[in-house]
Amino acid sequence: MKLDLSGLESTAPHFGTSDGLSHGFPTAPSFDLPITGDFDGFQKEAIQMVKPAKGTTTLAFIFKEGVMVAADSRASMGGYISSQSVKKIIEINPHMLGTMAGGAADCQFWHRNLGIKCRLHELANKRRISVTGASKLLANILYSYRGMGLSVGTMIAGWDETGPGLYYVDSEGGRLKGTRFSVGSGSPYAYGVLDSGYRFDMSVEEAAELARRAIYHATFRDGASGGVASVYHVGPNGWTKMSGDDVGELHYKYYPVTPSTVEQEMGEVSGA
Amino acid sequence: MTKQAANWSPYDNNGGSCVAIAGIDYCVIAADTRMSTGYSILTREYSKICKLADQSLMASSGFQADVKALQKFLAAKHLIYQHQHNKQMSCPAMAQLLSNTLYYKRFFPYYSFNVLGGLDTEGKGCVYTYDAVGSYERVGYGCQGSGSTLIMPFLDNQLKSPSPLLLPAQDAVTPLSEVEAVDLVKTCFASATERDIYTGDKLEIVILNADGIRREYMELRKD
Repeated sequence: MKLDLSGLESTAPHFGTSDGLSHGFPTAPSFDLPITGDFDGFQKEAIQMVKPAKGTTTLAFIFKEGVMVAADSRASMGGYISSQSVKKIIEINPHMLGTMAGGAADCQFWHRNLGIKCRLHELANKRRISVTGASKLLANILYSYRGMGLSVGTMIAGWDETGPGLYYVDSEGGRLKGTRFSVGSGSPYAYGVLDSGYRFDMSVEEAAELARRAIYHATFRDGASGGVASVYHVGPNGWTKMSGDDVGELHYKYYPVTPSTVEQEMGEVSGA
Repeated sequence: MTKQAANWSPYDNNGGSCVAIAGIDYCVIAADTRMSTGYSILTREYSKICKLADQSLMASSGFQADVKALQKFLAAKHLIYQHQHNKQMSCPAMAQLLSNTLYYKRFFPYYSFNVLGGLDTEGKGCVYTYDAVGSYERVGYGCQGSGSTLIMPFLDNQLKSPSPLLLPAQDAVTPLSEVEAVDLVKTCFASATERDIYTGDKLEIVILNADGIRREYMELRKD
């Protein structure tokens, strides 16, 4: 079996191998493969053993003032919550964000790799990479590993010379341009809120509130989503974090506790 | 391609639990010393904690053969780093090296569950937790291994601090003194040993602060 490792090229060490110190180490990082006739069967078992973190709600949409990106922060392994503080919105560079759904390691590693590639593009061409170009870099890498068990569902959101940009990219090779996406196990719930409240000419505050509400309602109905609802806005001057709220506390904002009226005062029982 | 046995299975689980707590100017990292396979105890004194650099310590549970291979690889990488840069690797740098090292074996993973503890470049305590294929996160306290599902809820109860994702940001440092943290770790393991068959025998605690590294041991149940 032959693996396409061109996706890793830019991460080769800066120091040459002529120093003789790197003897025995591969000059460019490469992926070890199990020596087995049944690669698929091995992957199935190995993945079962390491139990990847799954279960997510992420969303992003384009509106008048730019792109709004939001996500929850829970990671679960089966029924066990392995973390409540995962950073699912990955800061690729000051003008571009990526979201994380599917395998946590797959998303983290390839977004880090994409960050390196975008920076190299900037140095080579003296201008920032377009969202279209960046998303295609990632999609091409993921496509070269198709069928090997990577699990990535991501949105690349940013601002480039053509204005706001938003792409959905997944490990099956899909790459879609669009104005409104939601990815993950909680996405049906998030879409419900998002689609009913979306207008193109929203203000930044309205859009942030819509994104936050969509994530909150997804965490409310989807057991695999929860933690903190983070909201980012990407405008002409790059991204800013708009808010980060514990969804446990957001619940009381959307469903305020009203003091119930006491129907009858409790009194002494006479002649007991 | 070479012919393989029908049920080729390169992994085993040797059990064990690891805990790490980061403080303002210290880091406590602890693991039990039992190594098992199935219901058999292989040894009662196997150290799961490895010093990777002056400011970084790694505790690992899972398959100890893979862990040993991983430790040797990181030690070699760190030696090269020292020759090239004439300094020790910082803990955040070591954290990313470990993440990449684990991911390069994405299709044939190291069956190891690691916590990395140490002091960052500002001298603050830091803890990083990993999954087997390299996804990682900086946390205030972390727990891995067979007893993690017993220990983690207890640590949450005792130490839970505001999430680092909150905006406006809130101070998220573990509010414990070094002595309190060591006591908490001892309690965790004493409890986990009661209910986890893979945790027991002896507890090894390594404390890292500005003065250097200190080790403590506590006996645990041996049944």
